[in-house]
Amino acid sequence: MDRNSNVYTIVYAAILTVVVAVVLAFVHSSLESKMAANEKLATQKDILRSVGLVDLPDAAAVYEKTIKGLVIDAKGNTVEGIDATSISMAAEFKKPEAEQLHPLFIYSGEDGTNKYILPIFGNGLWDKIWGYVAVESDMNTIAGIAMDHKGETPGLGAEIKDNPKQYNDPYIGTKLYNEQGEYVAVSMVKGGVKDKEHQVDAISGATITSDGVNEMMYRGVGYYLPYFKSQQTQTSSK
Amino acid sequence: MSEVQTAAKQPTQLLGKKERRLLTDPFNDNNPITVQVLGICSALAVTVAVKNALVMSIAVMVVTGFANLIISLLRNTIPNRVRMIVQLVVIASLVSIVEMILHAFQYDVYKQMSVYIGLIITNCIIMGRLEAFAMANKPWQSLLDGIGNGVGYGAILVTVALFREVFGKGTIMGYKVLPSWYEPNGLMLIPAAAIFLIGIIIWVQRAMNKKLVDIS
Repeated sequence: MDRNSNVYTIVYAAILTVVVAVVLAFVHSSLESKMAANEKLATQKDILRSVGLVDLPDAAAVYEKTIKGLVIDAKGNTVEGIDATSISMAAEFKKPEAEQLHPLFIYSGEDGTNKYILPIFGNGLWDKIWGYVAVESDMNTIAGIAMDHKGETPGLGAEIKDNPKQYNDPYIGTKLYNEQGEYVAVSMVKGGVKDKEHQVDAISGATITSDGVNEMMYRGVGYYLPYFKSQQTQTSSK
Repeated sequence: MSEVQTAAKQPTQLLGKKERRLLTDPFNDNNPITVQVLGICSALAVTVAVKNALVMSIAVMVVTGFANLIISLLRNTIPNRVRMIVQLVVIASLVSIVEMILHAFQYDVYKQMSVYIGLIITNCIIMGRLEAFAMANKPWQSLLDGIGNGVGYGAILVTVALFREVFGKGTIMGYKVLPSWYEPNGLMLIPAAAIFLIGIIIWVQRAMNKKLVDIS
């Protein structure tokens, strides 16, 4: 057969494409449920990680027991009838701010304390980054943070997830509001921390990821301030 | 090229002298990174930590091995004008499969490596071996050649990563190895450090292996 004829080339390419498509589709569909389960478990682990629960043997069960989700709108009002876990942060991120919905998770510890877990979402250097900020019941002190990313550089930007000791733990105990009661959040800074309540060390070699974390933190936590305000007025009027 | 022609004439032996050379040559005399200078970009990108370098090496080894095997099996049917496209399709599907397997079974590693796993498709070593070897040789030899090149690539990657992780963070595979008075060298964490290290490796290799000096 003439291997250089047009007909042969076209038929060959067509058959090859079909074979490859079938193989890939088969592999994908046979692994799909496993991949989805991994994603879900990773989210639950991230949420638990923000309140300091790491390396749990049975994260899914602990999650069921301690975490309750609710949804708020841009004005801080609770929205009924939507499952907090069904909200895609990536999809909300694209909407105008006034229409965005924000999931909020409340952790109830065995000692009776509550912590608010606020999902935040933004852009890193290569792709999306996101995180969960746990706030104490005073709605000011950060109890912990867990961050994750889609494609930051391993060893540099990816350290926000891979090196929690250095880049997540310093957030613990920092405050969202300054002494005048203004919202300032917490930033990663270069060249040494001067204000321990509102600054942590940035990642060397990952300036854009650090900037992305700061932006995501300030804007993301900001969405929940109206809700916190309404909660505070409720408790003080009681 | 002489090696390629004689290999095709030889009767197939499971692990004869020629076959063993296919495995060992890429390790030193014909290393894809230090001699052919291919696949540099990923060598710069994933060598910050030893674990990433190891996973990357294994992934590349699997892809070079199987891509060589498949292309070698198809080599007499591939239309000449679209051969590069056929090669790319095979590489891309193998990489997608590797990516999905990691996603399903090694989720943590998959998360860490995500961008670079996809970028294996553009690794010149794989395409280079398909064009230079698999298109003209039998399947078994091609498989060995692919694995050999994957190992040669991985050896350099892990060596570079070892230096970068030890001096950049004071750890190996995440475990602390240097005492706490050691101030980690930030330069080692940026990609430029890898090009220095690869340069030094090439220098040392050429000083020891005089054969290589005449090639370039």
